[in-house]
Amino acid sequence: MTAFEKVAPPQGRLDVTALYDWDYLVQEDRAHRLIYTDPAIFEVEMTRVFGGTWTYLAHESEIPNANDFITRRLGLRPLIVVRDTANKIRALYNRCTHRGTTLCRWDKGNAKSFQCPYHGWNFLNTGKLRGVPWPDGYAEDMRDPKYNLAQVPRVESYRGFIFGTLNLDALPLAEHLGPIAQIIDEWLDRNPGGKVVVCEANRFRFKGNWKLAYDNSCDGYHVAYSHRSLLETENRFAGANAKGMAYYRNSPDTQPMYMRYTGHGNHFKDKRPNLEKRPGGLWALESAHPGMEHYEAEFLRRYGERAFALLDLAGSEPVNINVFPNFSLLGNHIQVFEPLSVGETNAIWYGTMVVDDGTLGEAAVTDINALRMRTQEGFPNFGEVDDIANFEQIQCGLMAVEDEWVYMHRGLGVPGRIQRHDDGTITAPATDEAFMREHFKEWKRLMKSPHNLAIAREP
Amino acid sequence: MNAPATNPKDSDPSRSSYYVNDAFYRELIGNFTGWQDDARAVADAAVRDEFRRLLEREARLLDQLRYDDWLAMYAAECIYWVPSTPQAGDPRREIAVMFDDRRRLEDRVYRLRTGFAWSQAPASRTVRLVSNVEVFASASDAARMLRSNFLISEFWGNETRVLTGWAGHRVVRAGAGWKIQAKQVNLIDCDQCIRNPSIIL
Repeated sequence: MTAFEKVAPPQGRLDVTALYDWDYLVQEDRAHRLIYTDPAIFEVEMTRVFGGTWTYLAHESEIPNANDFITRRLGLRPLIVVRDTANKIRALYNRCTHRGTTLCRWDKGNAKSFQCPYHGWNFLNTGKLRGVPWPDGYAEDMRDPKYNLAQVPRVESYRGFIFGTLNLDALPLAEHLGPIAQIIDEWLDRNPGGKVVVCEANRFRFKGNWKLAYDNSCDGYHVAYSHRSLLETENRFAGANAKGMAYYRNSPDTQPMYMRYTGHGNHFKDKRPNLEKRPGGLWALESAHPGMEHYEAEFLRRYGERAFALLDLAGSEPVNINVFPNFSLLGNHIQVFEPLSVGETNAIWYGTMVVDDGTLGEAAVTDINALRMRTQEGFPNFGEVDDIANFEQIQCGLMAVEDEWVYMHRGLGVPGRIQRHDDGTITAPATDEAFMREHFKEWKRLMKSPHNLAIAREP
Repeated sequence: MNAPATNPKDSDPSRSSYYVNDAFYRELIGNFTGWQDDARAVADAAVRDEFRRLLEREARLLDQLRYDDWLAMYAAECIYWVPSTPQAGDPRREIAVMFDDRRRLEDRVYRLRTGFAWSQAPASRTVRLVSNVEVFASASDAARMLRSNFLISEFWGNETRVLTGWAGHRVVRAGAGWKIQAKQVNLIDCDQCIRNPSIIL
């Protein structure tokens, strides 16, 4: 039986929730600049948000075999996400219980145990202390469980996506995801066998608060402006056949696409209704990518009409699925936000490839993936760079102390614009900021509560 | 594995991409595997100087944002490849930081010129040092492989930072001179998070 240790603030520390009146800082229509700029608020977030709710850690395909590991973070906590010798997935604190040294400095690998480079304490990949050098120098029995590595007490996967939380009272992951799980299912199930495998990433860092990225995740308002260089580039030869995200250019709210808030800070933007529902409907929208004309001709030659369904697998799925606070599925990417400090964040776009489920054959899968790598490199190179430049400039703008508020009220109070459904979900036009108003309610709920946080150790 | 698809002889690689096919990928991987072999190193100072000048000119054109002149240094069917791992895995199954064919390279330049590429508004100022140039013979006398180290000082967003690594160029004979057929840019931190990777390396 795993032992849990309750997490409490250090004694003598004043209650951090007394720091601010959270209801003042986040109002229905606006948020105060301090939530993006104050290091003290960031510090609270690193336990109450990154710890208090489910945070995405890794994808199972990154640790496919027993003893595989990958180093990640939960908030600022350095973790080793392992598939242990018994195939159990764990999120170990990458912190020696002796003096606090990180045990593992590699990004990934395969190891049954981790030895501290400082004094040689050695831990199994279950987190259990295996031994220390010259134990007779200790008066006590070093088998006390308190010397086993701390680990995230709850680690659960949803169809390959590994999440962790320190909150013992959090809903089971699938319940926490709720209605957005169905959209995740749809995102996966369009791929052979309902599976994807992570295959490296486009990795960005920006000097801005992590919430600037999450505030962007469902934002259909910025596209025509922030991504103007992309829209112009991907349509430079398109003529009447608008490519890529061109449907954002003129009154995007009249398009059938929409955003939906599904609870717990999660939301998705669904652009699929903008497409023609036919094999090749997705592919038809793709802008220029390396090799696309060759592979299209080759697939048609080899597979006839079936070619279009295969080409769609290389097409970018037009949906943004966002799980608060750090996870998005968009196009074929898994995007992850990693807070580094109040003003610095990593935004990592993990690429995914398809695997053969026995129906496609190796040749088709190799070629689909060759094309799918190139379609995935397009947006990070020509779109994301401009977004993160804008995030950095928001962080600069918010240094103006006296001008306190950022507004998120687009759509608020406009009659007939927002639909609230019986299941509690909310639908709004694609450029609405309802998603942001709603995820800030969740942020505030998390920030107000100390939660029932714990770490675990092997007994 | 695959028979080549219809590749219209008159297809313009600036407009359509037929040459990036499975055979091309396999050849690219082959050309960039095991090529830094002492036995194939070219010692002739004049040859090394010729290619050193080619690489210095490329660096200068990029520093001066002379993209048309820079693009003209490349073969019509070319690749600009920035791997996302130090071992540069198979680009058919590994996302690259950048993997541009001729058309995407021209897209990259087009985007920078739209005036709406916020990541380059205002544009970075760069100064590139190119050094340790080595020339290696290729299986074909019509091609050479070049290895060079680079250090790009980039001023952007009120800060100067350094991007560094090594590049592998595959150059092919074109008339009296040489064109760059493939450039592989190996950033030393290619598998880490990079701030504003929006200049051409």
